[in-house]
Amino acid sequence: MSTEHQTLALILFSAFVAVTLGITTWVSRNRRGSAEEFYVGGRLFSPMENGFAIAGDYMSAASFLGISGLIALFGYDGLLYSVGFLVAWLVVLLLVAELVRNCGRFTFADVVAARMSERPVRIAAGASSVTVSVLYLVAQMVGAGSLVGLLIGSADAAARSWAVVGVGALMVVYVAFGGMRATTWIQIVKAVLLMGGAVALTVLVLLRFHGDIDQLLAGAAERSGHGSRFLAPGLKYGGDWTARVDFLSLGLALVLGTAGLPHILARFYTVPTARAARRSVVWAIALIGGFYLMTIVLGFGAAALVGPDAVRASNASGNTAVPLLATLLGGGADSTGGAVLFALVAAVAFATILAVVAGITLASSASVAHDLYASLRRRGAKPRSEVAVAKVAAVGIGATAIALGLLAQDLNVAFLVGLAFAVAASANLPVLMYSLFWRNFTTRGAVWSVYGGLVPAVLLVVLSPVVSGSPESLFPGVDLQLFPLQNPGIVSIPLGFLAGWLGTVTSREAADEAKHAETEVRSLTGAGAA
Amino acid sequence: MDKHECRDAGPVRLEDPWYDALAAGWGEGEDTAGGSAADLPAHAPHGSRADGTAADLPAYGTAGTAGAGTTAGIYLQVQRSAAFQEVRSRYRRFVVPAVLGFLLWYVAYVVAAVATPGLMARPVAGSVNIALLAGLAQFLTTFLLTWAYARHARLRRDRAALDLRWTVFEQAHDQQRDQARDQVGDQERDRGAGR
Repeated sequence: MSTEHQTLALILFSAFVAVTLGITTWVSRNRRGSAEEFYVGGRLFSPMENGFAIAGDYMSAASFLGISGLIALFGYDGLLYSVGFLVAWLVVLLLVAELVRNCGRFTFADVVAARMSERPVRIAAGASSVTVSVLYLVAQMVGAGSLVGLLIGSADAAARSWAVVGVGALMVVYVAFGGMRATTWIQIVKAVLLMGGAVALTVLVLLRFHGDIDQLLAGAAERSGHGSRFLAPGLKYGGDWTARVDFLSLGLALVLGTAGLPHILARFYTVPTARAARRSVVWAIALIGGFYLMTIVLGFGAAALVGPDAVRASNASGNTAVPLLATLLGGGADSTGGAVLFALVAAVAFATILAVVAGITLASSASVAHDLYASLRRRGAKPRSEVAVAKVAAVGIGATAIALGLLAQDLNVAFLVGLAFAVAASANLPVLMYSLFWRNFTTRGAVWSVYGGLVPAVLLVVLSPVVSGSPESLFPGVDLQLFPLQNPGIVSIPLGFLAGWLGTVTSREAADEAKHAETEVRSLTGAGAA
Repeated sequence: MDKHECRDAGPVRLEDPWYDALAAGWGEGEDTAGGSAADLPAHAPHGSRADGTAADLPAYGTAGTAGAGTTAGIYLQVQRSAAFQEVRSRYRRFVVPAVLGFLLWYVAYVVAAVATPGLMARPVAGSVNIALLAGLAQFLTTFLLTWAYARHARLRRDRAALDLRWTVFEQAHDQQRDQARDQVGDQERDRGAGR
């Protein structure tokens, strides 16, 4: 990459950082410092604003760069990912968004704790929320490091480390000083930038092929060297049956995990009513669906115009396919147009990472303060101090994420994202579903359901080829491998549901009928909603 | 926790019927009516009973002894009302088949992709094959189901759910008022006895 590229990209990075810091200062000017302000921005966002923020929270750099890169390298198998990421939103829309909005205040543990004996349930739900968030966060931090290093053109370790530290410091500043309000506006700005960038590139790709999709696909298939196999499934996940079952496992985790991601669930509390929550999910589905449709065009466009060989030469996992495509569409690496488009894509990717990490940090600090601290603290502490705890937690989580991000720098991060989804689907979704829909669900069932999903999910990963037993493992020298799949979802999700059922049928206490009535009435009518 | 507190709906800037209705009728029960608890559902806001679903709640005073007179009692009573069961069954009748349908369709798609790549690769027109069509169909069904669900909820549930929200709010409100009145009455009686 030339210095022109770098300078432009750096200028745009700085502009985005300046704008986001400006937003943070602006929204915090009249802050009263209440928990309502900090966790949910006063619950006064409009459905459209929240829809953009949800899209901004959900579409990570992994989707923007990762999925189009996968399509550029493996064709159709990359598309399978985006379908899972989108269909997941139907679970959120139909089963979760409105009911969670009606029953909770700040975190999804509120929904469960309303029916059960509060302490053990909150501790369990808080622990699994923090686990999911930290996994997701580390993936984003590592991605940020390699991406920024890649995009500003210095592959040396120091630049990547500074990128990780810088991203971590910025996210702590956004969250601690701006709370949910700043985080939301940063996500909205990012969603607009991301959609704008994707639309511009998609239009340019389609213009190249005179709007003929068939020609685009044919060009991609021919350039790939795989012919028509490039347009059909099987290039990446079509190997032995282990690989195929592994993908099925990942697909299940993607579809069921989104509805258990704490930072997504927290977004529904930022609107005043369940109806507004539903409308924000409709906005989000429109944006996310449109975006993934565009990544398909961009991925096949990169395969047809840049070529998989050039993509692979730049980055083995395909993450640079879109920046390379942008450079080419702008007129080549030596032209001003190429430099400008490249810098734009780099800035959008950077904005994407910052917005996503801010959202996750806020959600996990809410879990620490509202669920863990509030359950473990001595009685009688003032609610005001909960916000202070959340800010301290944000700093702590930021520091943890920076440290883990630096340690895990050379790790393939795709599996971390898949793992975060698998843990969310195994530990958070079953307890949420049972609490909302099962009359006889008890405290023991809730606690068992969380740990019964969380522990197997984490344990199976430790025993998987990701950690040991194969040359690509984290510890290639050790062999603990007992479980053949990389993603534990297909086993751990049913275990989470099973544990919840088992805990309920074996518990001595009977379910509280009145509390179930309250949850059911509140979830469907919004009565008594915060 | 203060989850039952009556939150001030003052700074609302959204055009959301739920909030509009609540804000418009906020504090309506403050009138001096000292009527018996049995006629409480009659306090419903004007015109919000459009489809009549909330009109058949059992009278509050006859709810039996278990839990009556507490917030929990109100929720139990609303849960047993025909109006709430209608809202719940409308929700379930739409959501259960829809969720089963799209999950099966998605799992079938993924299983077909990993198990029968040959079938999925069969060309349809030009470069377009079955796999690409199936993928686009997933996008399409997601959009369609989103639209259908939003429409169903808007037309078939929102109104009735809002009415029920009102019912709960008013009963809780009246209950507080009754309790306050009882306390005042007790105090006056005590004072009377002391004289």
